[in-house]
Amino acid sequence: MDINTKKLKKNAFRVTKERGKTAIRVRVPGGHIEAKHLLILKNIAEKYGNGTLHITTRQGFEIPGISMEYIDDVNKEIQPVIEGLNINQVDPNTGYPASGTRNVAACVGNNVCPFGNYNTTDFAKRIEDAIFPNDYHVKIALTGCPNDCIKSRMHDFGIIGMTEPQYDPYRCIACEACVDNCRDRIVGALSIENNKVVRNEDKCIGCGECILKCPMSAWTRSEEKYYKLVIMGRTGKKNPRLAREFITWVDEESIIKIILNTYRYVDKYIDKDAPGGKEHVGYIVDRTGFQEFKKWVLKDVELGPKAIVEENIYWY
Amino acid sequence: MGISLSNKEFNNILDELKKEYKIYAPKLFKGKGRFSDTDLVRYDEISSIEEIEFGKKSYYSPKEVLLPITQTLFYFTEDKVIEPEIDHKKTLVFLRSCDIHAVKRLDEIYLENGVEDPYYKRRREKMKFILMECEKSFENCFCASMGTNETDDYSLFVKSEGDRVFLDIKDKEFSSYFDTGVETEVFPNFVKENKIEVNIPENLDIDIFKSLMWKEYTSRCIGCGRCNTVCGTCSCFSMQDIFYKDNERTGERRRVWASCQIDGYSEVAGGFDFRSDQGDRMRFKVMHKIYDFNKRFGYQMCVGCGRCDDACPEYISFSNCVNKLNEKVKEGK
Repeated sequence: MDINTKKLKKNAFRVTKERGKTAIRVRVPGGHIEAKHLLILKNIAEKYGNGTLHITTRQGFEIPGISMEYIDDVNKEIQPVIEGLNINQVDPNTGYPASGTRNVAACVGNNVCPFGNYNTTDFAKRIEDAIFPNDYHVKIALTGCPNDCIKSRMHDFGIIGMTEPQYDPYRCIACEACVDNCRDRIVGALSIENNKVVRNEDKCIGCGECILKCPMSAWTRSEEKYYKLVIMGRTGKKNPRLAREFITWVDEESIIKIILNTYRYVDKYIDKDAPGGKEHVGYIVDRTGFQEFKKWVLKDVELGPKAIVEENIYWY
Repeated sequence: MGISLSNKEFNNILDELKKEYKIYAPKLFKGKGRFSDTDLVRYDEISSIEEIEFGKKSYYSPKEVLLPITQTLFYFTEDKVIEPEIDHKKTLVFLRSCDIHAVKRLDEIYLENGVEDPYYKRRREKMKFILMECEKSFENCFCASMGTNETDDYSLFVKSEGDRVFLDIKDKEFSSYFDTGVETEVFPNFVKENKIEVNIPENLDIDIFKSLMWKEYTSRCIGCGRCNTVCGTCSCFSMQDIFYKDNERTGERRRVWASCQIDGYSEVAGGFDFRSDQGDRMRFKVMHKIYDFNKRFGYQMCVGCGRCDDACPEYISFSNCVNKLNEKVKEGK
C-alpha cells in the first residue's frame, strides 16, 4: 500500500493505530448541525467504517475504521455534508481541503441558552468562512457569556459574548435582584445609591445577568454586541496555560480582522525548521513577544470607542 | 356604524390629536427583550398606527400610563417644599378589554377606597380609552372566566388591517376629528372563550390559609416579583425619601412601585418580616386577587390577562393555582 500520509492528513483523514485504517474528521463550525446530515455520517460509518462515530472535543465527528482504499469514496459521500454546512472547498467530491486550522467551536449560545449574549453558531460560521481552508494550526472557540462553557480560554482565540447593560432609573423599583445577584455570583459591579442602582463600569464584565434578573426591564441590552477577546490559551505537553484578555468590549468585525492578520503574522514568523513544519501560534508569540504580535494583528483594525486593549499580557 | 380610512389619513388625525393628547399604545422594542436577540412589547407614546403592536399581548400592562413607576411627589430644601409641574395634557390609551376592566379595579383602589389619591385622580380624569380587539385568545389568557372579555367602556375602537384603519367612534368628543373616511360597519370582535378556564371556589374563606398547598410555592417561587410588575391590577407602591449626595439637606420624596413577592414588602420597623416565606406571599397575592378584593368591592380583582403566567421564570401558573384551590375547597382541605 502506497499512501502519502501528508496528503491524507491535509485531507482531514488520520493515520490510526490499526495499519491500513483511517478516520475522517468532519467539521461542524459552531457545533450546530441539521439532523439530516447525521444520516449521511451514519451511512459512511456503516458502509466504510466500523459502524461507530466519535464525537470529537472540537464538536466535529470522527468516523473510524475506514480502509484507506476507500478515501475517495468517502470523500464523495461526505460531499452533501460539506455543502450543507457551507464549508469552503477547492474541488467538489474531494473532501476537506485542509485540516490545520481546526473546527471553530461554539457553545449553544443564544440559539437556546438564556445567558447567551449573541448567536455563537452564526459568528463561528463567519469566522470559519474567513479562515478556512488553511494549514496553520489555529484553534478558535466562541462562548455566549463569561461562563465560558466552551472553555474558550483554552484556545488560541477565545471569544466571549458581552452586552453593555443600559439602565433606565425611571423603571427601577429598587428590588435589588440585580445587585444581589451581581454580588453573590458575578463581580459585584452594582450597588444601590438613593434607591437606584449604580454600575461600576470598571468592574462590569458585561455578562448581562442584571438584565435577566430585572422584573421591570429597567436593565436592557445595548444595541451593539460586544466581545471579550482572550488569546493564546493552550493545552498540550509544553507549558499549557489559560488565555488572557487582549481586547475587551471589541466588535465582531475587528475580531475577524485580527484573526486574519494573525495568519499573516504566522506566515512571517513560523519556524520554518519546526518538526513537520508545524508550530502552534502561541509558541510563535512566545518567541516574538506579545508586542510584535500586537503590532501585526492590529494592523488596519479600527476599534470602537469602548474597546480596551491590554498594554501587555503576562501569561501564567 | 364606523368609518374606514387609510393609514396616512389616520396618522394625520393622530397628529391633530397629539396637540391635545398624549397617545400611548403597546409598542415593540427591538432587541429589548430579556434574552439576547429578543424583543419587548410595552407601553410608550406613539405617533403613527404603524408603531402600534396589535398582534402581541404587551408584556407589561397599560397601568404604566396611569401609575408612574417612579414619581417624584415633591422636592424639599431646608425650608421649602416644591411640587413638580403637572402635565396638563390629556391622554389616550390603546388597550384591550381585559385591560380596560383592570383600570376599573385601579379606580376602585385609588378613588373609591376611602380617601381619593390625588396623584392618580389627576391622571385618570384626563384619560380616555381606545379599544383594541383580540382576534383570538393569547396564551395564558382566561378573560372569559373572569368576565372581562367584553366591554363597552371606550371612546374609540380602532383596528388595523394592512394599509387601512377601521374605527368606531363612541365618544362625541372625537367626532370632529374624524370627518374624513368611508362609512362602514365596524364592530369589535371579543374573545368568547379561552383555552384556560378558571373556576374560583365558592364558599372560599380564610380556613384555606391552613392548606398545605401553599407550601409548594415556598420552594418553587424565587420572589422576583415579575407577576406583580406585569399585572394590570397590582397597585402597590412604596415611598422613598432621597437626600441628594452633594447637599444632604435637600432631596425629594418619590413613590415607586412595590411588589408583595419581593423582600422588604412585609418588613416593618424594627426589622421584623411578617410574611417572609414565598408560599405565604403567594397565598397573600392569590387571596387578594380572588377573595379579599371581592369581599370588599363585590367583584373579583383578577381580570384574567394571564401576564403573571407569561412572565413567571419558574413557570408558576396563577390560573392553575386558583383551579387547584378550587379542588382543595371541594375536597374540604
